[in-house]
Amino acid sequence: MDFQFDDDHRMLAQQVREFALREVAKGAADRDLAAEMPPELIGQLAGLGLFGIAIPEEYGGAGMGTVASSIVVEEISKACAGTGVLLSAHTSLCVDPILRFGTKEQKQRCLPKLASGEWVGCLSLTEPGSGSDAGAATCRAELKSDGWHITGAKIFVTNGKEAGVMVLIAVTDPDDPKRRLSAFVVEKPTRGLRIGKLEKKLGIRCSSTAEFVFEDCVVPKEALLGERGRGMRVALTTLDGGRIGIAAQALGIAQACLYEATKYSKTRVQFDQPIGQFQAIQNKLADMAVGVEAARALTYRAAWLKDSGKEYGPAAAMAKLFASETCSKAANHAVQVFGGYGYIADYPVERFLRDAKITELYEGTSEIHRLVIARSLSEPRP
Amino acid sequence: MNFELSDDLLALQDAARRFAAETIAPHAREWDRNADIPRSIVAQLAELGFLGVLTPTEYGGVGLGDLGASVIMEEIARHCGATALMLDAHNALCTAHILRAGNDQQKKKHLPKLAAGEYLGAWALTEPGCGSDAAALSTTAKLEGNHWVLNGAKQWITNGHYAGVYVVMAGTTPEGGAKGISAFLVERGTPGLEIGPKEDKLGMRASDTVGLMFDQCRIPKENLCGKLNEGFLDAMRVLERGRITISAMAVGLARGAFEESLAYAKQRVAFGKPIFEHQSIQFMLADMAMEIDAGRLLTRKAAMLSDAGLPSKVEAAMAKLFTSEVATRAGLNAIQIHGGNGYTKEVPVERYMRDAKLCEIGEGSSQIQRVIIARHLLES
Repeated sequence: MDFQFDDDHRMLAQQVREFALREVAKGAADRDLAAEMPPELIGQLAGLGLFGIAIPEEYGGAGMGTVASSIVVEEISKACAGTGVLLSAHTSLCVDPILRFGTKEQKQRCLPKLASGEWVGCLSLTEPGSGSDAGAATCRAELKSDGWHITGAKIFVTNGKEAGVMVLIAVTDPDDPKRRLSAFVVEKPTRGLRIGKLEKKLGIRCSSTAEFVFEDCVVPKEALLGERGRGMRVALTTLDGGRIGIAAQALGIAQACLYEATKYSKTRVQFDQPIGQFQAIQNKLADMAVGVEAARALTYRAAWLKDSGKEYGPAAAMAKLFASETCSKAANHAVQVFGGYGYIADYPVERFLRDAKITELYEGTSEIHRLVIARSLSEPRP
Repeated sequence: MNFELSDDLLALQDAARRFAAETIAPHAREWDRNADIPRSIVAQLAELGFLGVLTPTEYGGVGLGDLGASVIMEEIARHCGATALMLDAHNALCTAHILRAGNDQQKKKHLPKLAAGEYLGAWALTEPGCGSDAAALSTTAKLEGNHWVLNGAKQWITNGHYAGVYVVMAGTTPEGGAKGISAFLVERGTPGLEIGPKEDKLGMRASDTVGLMFDQCRIPKENLCGKLNEGFLDAMRVLERGRITISAMAVGLARGAFEESLAYAKQRVAFGKPIFEHQSIQFMLADMAMEIDAGRLLTRKAAMLSDAGLPSKVEAAMAKLFTSEVATRAGLNAIQIHGGNGYTKEVPVERYMRDAKLCEIGEGSSQIQRVIIARHLLES
């Protein structure tokens, strides 16, 4: 047993932390207000190699795995959760399924561009009528002589605006209840695919959330990702891993909340002493710190299990559920410690509170995670 | 990074688990009712090496670190919090204090006997007038010739009814506060040491808790344990480390609540299906499982830091705070899942809940843990 990072992970954390403080934190408030992700920032992330952190070296990446990609998401999210999720969705929702289920040709075509940041990746899964119940998707893909014809709509696609490629889940066999869905790799732009609505959101506002409209969009036969009829498995496996990324994002936000609240309570004086001297404030800080510590252990355990080729689904669900709820509590505490100043945009904690909430919703709501964990329970399980 | 136990510790875990399930579990309810653990069990625990888990082999122990001790504690507490608490006061308080501060002679005299279960160890800090504010203690020790003379009273002394040796904190420099307290080894039967009756407690009932009275209690000069006036500092270090195994105990109790509830939920039918199939029950079980995993990770992280000789005070405080609250919550929810059955003594979960509550109070209340953690944050 060993809870410490290896040397290369420690160096990565240090490097990304410094970069995040220097380059990501400074524009975070403006990006939030403008609800925009500047291409220059994407270029900087690409320059550091962060898009290819989990992509094998033969495809132009760093070949480092899930512990490393979690470190990247955590450190970037401390500065800006919207930028954090850009990387998390890219790596765990697009790179990971292509790596896991893609053919050699698909990997050779997509991964180098995803590694370099030329392409940002995304996953098109959710529909207006299909959220937690992913199996209820209706977006249709029909095989004809010239390829797959896709018709329908996907919503809530993180990175949808920036993406150069997506993993798409669509209905190929509507009459086969066990094998209704298939996965595809769809490049963007493609004729017949357009971006519909761009969502206006409570938090993670600089991260784009797009609607994709498919109007007889034709993609080649080779766009099928994995076996026909196994789209549900691709989706669920992908989300299992994605949850680790969101746990890391939540961990980063929670850590930032703790940092800001601690700093503020040392300098803010009321009743002739720094408010950190009052037990009412100390109790909040302590609870935030314990939550962060526990979330960190759960998150990196799940990442380590995945990197070690062991079963990680329930561990990832625990990490995501715990980290996201810890994150929301920590953000709420942080605003409370700041009092009225916490409610205004001069300080970052109101943004943290808005950003925190999404971690309890996307890539599986807290309710879905409790179901995932409950279904995995078999005794004994220490 | 590696989140799995070594093969050696897995084997130890297996041995402790089998002993707890076969030898402790069938009798734990009876021990709780009678408020006593049979001495034959103490002998068996000694045979397994569990009374010398932290004691180096040269003193007759098995020389495990805090990680190994935590593994054992979780397994014992899974079936009986009181047996785990007895082990903890013996190992992590009494033995650990002698190991930390005692001289070679004291170690040679007591550690082999403690490890062999010849007698149990106890540790006496709390007094009727001072709990969390331990430095305000009023028991005194005065040097008279070749003897220290102790006067005062101690309270909530785990193992005090049976112990053969007590590590006792007493003031040696009036007005000296935390820097005027020293530790002493007081043996059972010393004239002037009176052992009070067993407390009648909510939980941890089979573990004995007594008050101690010192009335002109004379002990040899060489029974000073550690340096003069450094007893409080040693006691704090002992407590800081001891929280790791208290934390493991809380994890074990939470696991007991969880495992019993899961088994019950799978066989109890309501509205035409096992209650496990209802989301309300699933969610309680999912939360328990998640919190137990998180608590175990916090505990083991603190244990590993301690074993590596690295600072672990804050991590131990976090682990103890988190796991003790998890254990009480798990106990309460376990009763809820069992419904009316859970409110009776026919199932063990009401006992687990009663036992768990102690973990939020003993070896530093949750409030003290929060102060320790917050001070660390504000100072760094």
